[in-house]
Amino acid sequence: MTTIKELPREEYLLKGHAACAGCGPSIALRLLFKALGNKVFLVVPASCTTVIEGPYPFTSFAVPVQNTLFEAAGATASGIAAALKIRGLDDVTVVGWAGDGGTTNIGIQSLSGAAERETNFIYVCYDNEAYGNTGLQRSGATPYGAWTTTTPMGKKERKKDMPSIMAAHRIPYIATACPSYPVDFINKLRKAKEIKGTKYIHVLTPCPTGWRYDASKTVEIGRLAVQTGVWALYEIEQGKFRLNPPSDRLTDKSQRKPVEEYLSMQERFRHLPEDSIKKIQRWVDGDWEHYQTLASLERCI
Amino acid sequence: MGRVMIDTANHVAAYAAKAARVRVVAAYPITPQTTVVEKIAELVEKGEMDAEYICVESEHSAIAACIGAAAAGVRTFTASSAQGLALMHEALHWASGARLPIVMVVVNRAMGAPWSIWPDFSDSLSQRDTGWIQFYCADSQEVFDTVIQAYRLCEDERIFLPAMVCLEGFILSHKYVPVKIHDQDDVDAFLPPYRSGWILDTSNPVTCVNLVSPEWYMEFRYMIQEAMENAKMLIPKIDKEYGERFGFRYGGLVDKYLCEDAELVICTMGTMGAEAKIAANNLRKEGLKVGVARIRVFRPFPVEEIRKLAEKARMIATIDRHISFGMDGFLATEVKASLYDMKNKPSIAGFIAGLGGRDVTFKTIEKVARKCMKWLGNGRVERETEWVDLRDVKT
Repeated sequence: MTTIKELPREEYLLKGHAACAGCGPSIALRLLFKALGNKVFLVVPASCTTVIEGPYPFTSFAVPVQNTLFEAAGATASGIAAALKIRGLDDVTVVGWAGDGGTTNIGIQSLSGAAERETNFIYVCYDNEAYGNTGLQRSGATPYGAWTTTTPMGKKERKKDMPSIMAAHRIPYIATACPSYPVDFINKLRKAKEIKGTKYIHVLTPCPTGWRYDASKTVEIGRLAVQTGVWALYEIEQGKFRLNPPSDRLTDKSQRKPVEEYLSMQERFRHLPEDSIKKIQRWVDGDWEHYQTLASLERCI
Repeated sequence: MGRVMIDTANHVAAYAAKAARVRVVAAYPITPQTTVVEKIAELVEKGEMDAEYICVESEHSAIAACIGAAAAGVRTFTASSAQGLALMHEALHWASGARLPIVMVVVNRAMGAPWSIWPDFSDSLSQRDTGWIQFYCADSQEVFDTVIQAYRLCEDERIFLPAMVCLEGFILSHKYVPVKIHDQDDVDAFLPPYRSGWILDTSNPVTCVNLVSPEWYMEFRYMIQEAMENAKMLIPKIDKEYGERFGFRYGGLVDKYLCEDAELVICTMGTMGAEAKIAANNLRKEGLKVGVARIRVFRPFPVEEIRKLAEKARMIATIDRHISFGMDGFLATEVKASLYDMKNKPSIAGFIAGLGGRDVTFKTIEKVARKCMKWLGNGRVERETEWVDLRDVKT
């Protein structure tokens, strides 16, 4: 797929869902359904999506959804994948759809186990960089400096690099994405669907209520995350690291916007002193040197 | 015809899972459960059992994987013990709340700290309120037969709940005895293919176990309570039919022995129930009217049967291989609660015995029974809760 106009018209995220206005995860979810169609079993641990789907007896999802325990998306998906194999249903894609808390923190054990067992499924971590569902507490994916209710002076540690942790599992496909770049995200999902084994996609999903910006700015914030280089779009296919458009040209530092543009649009960073912003800029620059090295290797892991 | 093999209860549990045509097994090894899952892994790898064996990274994931597989439409099995079972606790609620008919063999082991690998019922009884049906077995044959019966029960549309089949570690799990493994055709005739209340289906997309508001939550809980009541009615029926087909019967909810004219009924669970029968035989020779009520099903609790026994007996002695700290053994508490509003209640004496695998033989039970008979003669229970053979640990 090359343009957004080629997107299927069918909607499997239905009207009346319970997401906040401007919710990044719900945009990503809508794109996920469009990319994969309705032959999907979705596994959802405790997360914002537990709310988005709507309360019993209603649902806003037009695909079968198995809700599961916070730390168990990987394991529950393993059980479903095993049952599908037994039943010979090879046209159904199992998708684990978990937030950053359910992935980088409490869920990492069962995800790691599923990856090590080469479970045939796509795991998508939708990352709003905090526990959004419970009112924005710090998670392992919360970036340095960000205000949350449990880091009222700003988080003092860096964001956990989950895609690299997954890369260390040597699974066949890893990608990062952002719903501000829908074609890129959809292509990655469709590619993942065709690959057997565990596929991991980490999608940065801006959260207006948590990040504290105007709900109309979600797509713009996501673009800025990519354009400043804070969030790089890449994939690791059979160990080969590749930056994707529009990130691939950003190895040239002059192409990257200053991180301040991204940070200043969000109230969660408004307390950041000048030297912290400089520190973040240094880290981002360092990350890009690292990406360049990775891209030059036959295998990055 | 079946075939008789000499093997451990753990291996027998694995053969029962095979006979039940379980299709997905997800389990994590823990002493003394380990040989259950080792045997299943072997059967699956050799192609003798047509199933997927998922080597999960924790007990929590074991039950979560079973939940996924059962929801996706296949019969599932797992086994655990002690700390592993405790790690599953949260997910046990999920399995029953989602109404998935998963069967788990629990090889009973005491909870740490301090570390113990020997049995008591504190692991499974701590899961009392998770909405799982709980069977307790007295011998290896019963383990095989109860696993088969449990699937039949759990997959009945009046139930749709998960069940634990509990057996005491080492006392049963590692003991070699002759056991009859029934013919596959006969088991198939007794146990129809997997059935659950719902499965994941792309042609009928539903969102399973999503958020339920206060308007509805109570009804979901009530339906589980109803299913438990249904189980009280179905378990004896299934046990009876099983007995007619296979020749083994276990008394349904309560395995009663010499209770008709018993003045003293010893009420206990598991292997202590088997030992108590020997004790009763010996005491009868001395003219002491002792009977045994082995609680085979702890959830749902057989309130009505206990009341029937209490109408005739002058005393009920409960022997718990368990302690609920600050109160009593669960068996004692539940028996007392069952009898509360009866007019002519028997006296009740509670004994705590065998914790952490301390041996409880028929001799121990005879001693307990003699003490109870003495109390009956004196007309009063001297101690409501007594720890059997406790060392003097006062400082």
